[in-house]
Amino acid sequence: MSAPLIPNLFDLCKVLTAAIIGIVQQIIYALSGPVPPLRGLGDLLGSDLVINLVTLLIVATVVVLWVTVINLFTIMWVERKLYSRIQDRYGIMISIWSLPFWPFNRTGRPTHKGTGYLQNLADGVKLLQKENITPRNADSAMFHISPVLIASSTLMVFAALPWSSGFYVANLELGVLFILAAFSLAPLGILISGWAANNKYTLVGGLRAAAMLLSYSIPMILAVIALVVFTGTLDPILIVQQQDRLIVLFGTTLPIPAWYAFGPQFLGFLVFTVAMIAEMERVPFDIPEAEAELVEGWTTEYSGMRFGIVFAFKWLRMLAASALISILYLGGWGGPVFATLSVGGVPVPIFPEEFWFLLRVYLLSAFFVWLSWSIPRVRIDQILNIGWRRLIPYSLLAILIAAGFRVIG
Amino acid sequence: MPEFWINMGPQHPMTHGLWNMKVKVDGETITDAKPEIGYLHRGYEKIMEVREFQKNVVLTDRLCYVSSITWSHAYCLAVEKMMGIETPERGQWIRVISLELQRIASHLMWLASYGPDLGLLTGLLWCLRERELFLDLIQLMSGARMNQNFPRVGGVRNDLPENFGAMCRRSIEHFLEKVDNEYPKIFHESKVFRMRTEGVGRISAADAINWGVTGPNLRACGVNVDLRRLDPYETYEEIDFEPQVWHDGGAGDSYARFVVRYNELKESCGIILQAFEKMPKTGPYRVKSPRRAEGEGYAKTEDSRGEALFYVIGDGDDRPYRVKIRSPVFCTMAATPMLLRGNKLADVVAILGSVDVCVGEMDK
Repeated sequence: MSAPLIPNLFDLCKVLTAAIIGIVQQIIYALSGPVPPLRGLGDLLGSDLVINLVTLLIVATVVVLWVTVINLFTIMWVERKLYSRIQDRYGIMISIWSLPFWPFNRTGRPTHKGTGYLQNLADGVKLLQKENITPRNADSAMFHISPVLIASSTLMVFAALPWSSGFYVANLELGVLFILAAFSLAPLGILISGWAANNKYTLVGGLRAAAMLLSYSIPMILAVIALVVFTGTLDPILIVQQQDRLIVLFGTTLPIPAWYAFGPQFLGFLVFTVAMIAEMERVPFDIPEAEAELVEGWTTEYSGMRFGIVFAFKWLRMLAASALISILYLGGWGGPVFATLSVGGVPVPIFPEEFWFLLRVYLLSAFFVWLSWSIPRVRIDQILNIGWRRLIPYSLLAILIAAGFRVIG
Repeated sequence: MPEFWINMGPQHPMTHGLWNMKVKVDGETITDAKPEIGYLHRGYEKIMEVREFQKNVVLTDRLCYVSSITWSHAYCLAVEKMMGIETPERGQWIRVISLELQRIASHLMWLASYGPDLGLLTGLLWCLRERELFLDLIQLMSGARMNQNFPRVGGVRNDLPENFGAMCRRSIEHFLEKVDNEYPKIFHESKVFRMRTEGVGRISAADAINWGVTGPNLRACGVNVDLRRLDPYETYEEIDFEPQVWHDGGAGDSYARFVVRYNELKESCGIILQAFEKMPKTGPYRVKSPRRAEGEGYAKTEDSRGEALFYVIGDGDDRPYRVKIRSPVFCTMAATPMLLRGNKLADVVAILGSVDVCVGEMDK
């Protein structure tokens, strides 16, 4: 039904890599006249091993840039613009027209009247210029390692997270398991940084984060178990393929896509979504950094770009969580291809899978933003009550339902 | 985990001003609390002794920067009683209108800061948006948005501007629509908001009276005490209004304090509308006050935060011999350890935010 824009990211990069390496190889061969040992180097460069290795690095770089430079900036912009509108104000306005040189700052044009897309870049530049302060009594090594641990473990999620049936770094058979495992590493980093900063606010924030994120990981995993019982696979691409059809009820085909959120897995979908809101530390559940009572919680002592990293990590987690919810419950990248262009004989879909996937991701993110800017923060004991007394029984019920449907067929 | 003290202040998002709340926590539960105040002490009672009666209004404006008119009015009332002069009727009505406009602005500032205390930044922006309406009205009336210097000994500084009643009516109409339909959606109709505020920071009516808690905080305990009704000053006895008291069960918690203040917003709007109908259309708004006076003057008024009391002694000079200020927040602050004990650390903001702390008047 749908087609990806990039049929296979690895193959695409491999063609480009092979072409570039081929040119380098020719240069080396030309040089090997006067210096004969270079011929061996040229042969080594042309080997499959080297080409595959370089391609893998390039694919990883492409996906990291795609996630952090394009999607992270966009999602921050979407959030800041959307909650400003909820609060009845314009919000961020620094755009390319605010750049202080020709041809951007023309006379007579206000510099702060754009769409605001470059505001986050400006904030990042500001953070880069700031001093990195380490508290005197802090455990310096751990204090500096934990932002890296938090950010890298969240980036690791995107190693196995497909953006379409062809746009991914690695297609793992146990992809969902890998994603959830990488997703659950961050609380460890939060706990470490909360303890290492040697500050009472960070300590309380770190302990809260540990208590909350660990207790919400359980219903999250249980909901995924229910889904796995239902689907029989942990491969995200297969899970999406299973949803790429219409619901058939008593022999009649309904015009509703057979997403798992619309089926018996609805309960699991709700549990998973609520648990994910907690896992990405958004407002109803953002007690680890409750700024009213704990200043900034576990991020209090970070300054400069380290603060930028631990701050941006929340949006990375939102991106990962929205993508995961779309894949598991909302049909992933399934959607109609209305028309196909032919570019040099290669058919290019106008609405490719990547479009449908990003649409879901950003709509879900907008929903989370909307939610978190219209309700207050829940207290820690109430959060744990919701987690242990409501979500875990519901997720167990979801497993039961899934097992029942599995038995019936 | 052993118990330890956490400093919430002097530089802390929870404190609306400059003070320090030390809380002793056992894990997340508060076992003890100790407010430390005095960071903003400016020696008001002493400074006022070296300034003339009329010039002290500039100082009393700065007692509480979100509720300037009510404080200056309390001072003027005390000085007038000492001098034995009475404000003309129209002046009294203008005072009532300005007091209630100031009360709405002050309560809106409280509501705005209570939102972010609970993690609801949208509440801040929405309430400040409507606060602009009332600041505009106050600016129209007195010429300033903040520290208006409007009440005078013997009346008010100037008459109301032309067509002020129609402007107030239009603003209040718009504001009441927001209060009735828009704010409840993010405040008390929200389940999460009620989870955070109901049942925390409870204080019994007897304790509240013993500790000197007054104003909306005491009315939230179910005690029907409102100086505008019990000991009417200016023309409040001619106005028909209902002091907002919490009558249902669960009195004295943060939610009750919230509801009482929230309803006072609507009640104050009603008072302003009535005042415009009942006030004389023309007439003097100020009498000339003597420069020198001797005697004692004592006035207590219903400030936005409780009972404000001024006691002024004159010794025949053109400046007071002694001034005593009773700040409602100062007394409420003594009761806060009792409110906090046994609650969770996250409740500190939910409780102290509902008490409505203003450090300027507390530290004097």
